[in-house]
Amino acid sequence: MRTADAFVAGAPRPRRRLLESEGLLAFLLLAPSLAVIFGVLVFPMLSSFALSFTSLKLTDPKSGGFIALGNYAAALKDPIFWASMRRTAIFAVSTVTVETALGVCVAMLLNQKFRGRAFVRGLVILPWALPYVVNGIMWKWIFDANYGALNAALTQLGIIGDYKIWLGDPWTAMVLVIFANIWKETPVAIILALAALQSIPSELYEAAAIDGARRFRAFGSITLPLLKPIILSLVVIKTIWALKEFDLIYIITKGGPANGTNMFSYYIYQHTFQFLNFGYGSALAYLLTLLAIGMSAVYMKSLKGGLDVES
Amino acid sequence: MSRAEAKRGAAAARKRIAPGRAALYAAVALVCVAIIAPYAWLVVSSLSFRVDLTTVPLKWFPKKLNLENYKEIALGSNGIKASLKTGLLNSIAIAGSSTLFCLLAGSLAAYVFSRLRFRGKGAVFSFILLTQFMPMIVLIIPIYIIMSRLGLLNTIPALVIADCAFILPLVIWLMRGYFEAIPRDLEEMARIDGCSRFGTIFRIILPLSTPGLAASGIFAFIIAWNEFFSALVLSSTLRSKTISVIISEFSSKVGVDYVAMAAAGVVASLPPVILALVFQKYIVQGLTAGAVKG
Repeated sequence: MRTADAFVAGAPRPRRRLLESEGLLAFLLLAPSLAVIFGVLVFPMLSSFALSFTSLKLTDPKSGGFIALGNYAAALKDPIFWASMRRTAIFAVSTVTVETALGVCVAMLLNQKFRGRAFVRGLVILPWALPYVVNGIMWKWIFDANYGALNAALTQLGIIGDYKIWLGDPWTAMVLVIFANIWKETPVAIILALAALQSIPSELYEAAAIDGARRFRAFGSITLPLLKPIILSLVVIKTIWALKEFDLIYIITKGGPANGTNMFSYYIYQHTFQFLNFGYGSALAYLLTLLAIGMSAVYMKSLKGGLDVES
Repeated sequence: MSRAEAKRGAAAARKRIAPGRAALYAAVALVCVAIIAPYAWLVVSSLSFRVDLTTVPLKWFPKKLNLENYKEIALGSNGIKASLKTGLLNSIAIAGSSTLFCLLAGSLAAYVFSRLRFRGKGAVFSFILLTQFMPMIVLIIPIYIIMSRLGLLNTIPALVIADCAFILPLVIWLMRGYFEAIPRDLEEMARIDGCSRFGTIFRIILPLSTPGLAASGIFAFIIAWNEFFSALVLSSTLRSKTISVIISEFSSKVGVDYVAMAAAGVVASLPPVILALVFQKYIVQGLTAGAVKG
């Protein structure tokens, strides 16, 4: 290797010519990826921005004229829009809080030494790998009013007397959808928190133990501060996911009963693909995007902050 | 200390720790049950007869096994159960091609970000990573319009293209990490020996990052397999409906045939679940890299 280095260093080498052509080469190699990303992400992004200022309705061939901020104004005036926003907020806050907290707790549990640890750690991936639709039908079947396992289990344990129509009430339906989401999404939090825990050197705890710190203190002064960046990431990513939640609602409740689980993404879907109101749907989708972009900006910024602390 | 004394001491220590250990194992058991129980119930339901599932009080273990639904999914030639087989084949084609395309295009892009120098590289890279956060719902309306103009609605390529856009950023990020770990001297030497740029990519870099290709590939396949929203909007005929879309119709069309629905669910979940459990190490790498650095 030394000879090669010497050779490279000594020769007038063709390196310069190479450098000049790197821009072109880079472009060629990036072309397939950029074509897809521009075609499916960037162009649609701009196109739906334009659509959001029109009245385009697939059912009305005369529609499609420019109506400026008309769609946005209509959305902000629609009480169902605000109701769906409120439900999205409730859904986001509860799933994000529970999943992050539960994820950190289970990760700390799985960070202990016990028999079969590798097996349990592997098992955690199961809910993540399950297709969203299968997760949906699985819980719909469990929550079923007539033959569902939830009713069966609760009556056999003597907790409830009669079978209940769980998905018939807006509030319980919401709670159960949140529950189904928590089951599916917590594993990601567990895996990320566990990875962070494993990167904490055990010397830190040993030093703390020598200094006479109790376990609880060690958690507060070592574990928690070192987990902070990952907790921050989890909160932001999961909030974005919660804003996008569609599959579960579509499969389990279709937004019902009485719009009780009609959240932002599903509301957009209804207006776009059921009422075929493409202009209005685009405006709604843009509002959602602004929220998501805001969240990811916070995320990027907090990540940079986290890196600064590290270095 | 005599041996007997030592033994007694150890036993006492074990006794002192015992309540803590018991609590630990109880908590672990609880986690396992919480993860397995719902899925296990889906599997049990898929293997039961309707009569056994609809008795009150419910019996949790069926008396007889029912393999009819799996048989019908595998051999059926018409009806909704046969359409599941078509959906399964579509899903395999879509997830498979998305994976292959993302690995190839993603590796080339990752090579650019790892080895080449050009103006605006950092900006392009951040931009690609940022696109992951775009909600599909804002893109789907124009994508729908474009695909229908191109005559690609209800075709497999439409779904492959849509999936790739979301998987590519992750693959690029993952592969770049693996490329960074390969010493540059190797390429320098190969180039001196007369190997071309493409030669070094395909003969040195890619073979040395096989674990990275495996990790990204498995990850890409599972994400593409599980994707539902774009498939729902972009396909309205059996030509391109994925298994997820067919199951979503199943649950409303068949109405009360829970056993068939459960069987379909189990079939659809097997590929990603098996891949994830077998290659869990890769999944963990992918998830951490994607989220922490994304």
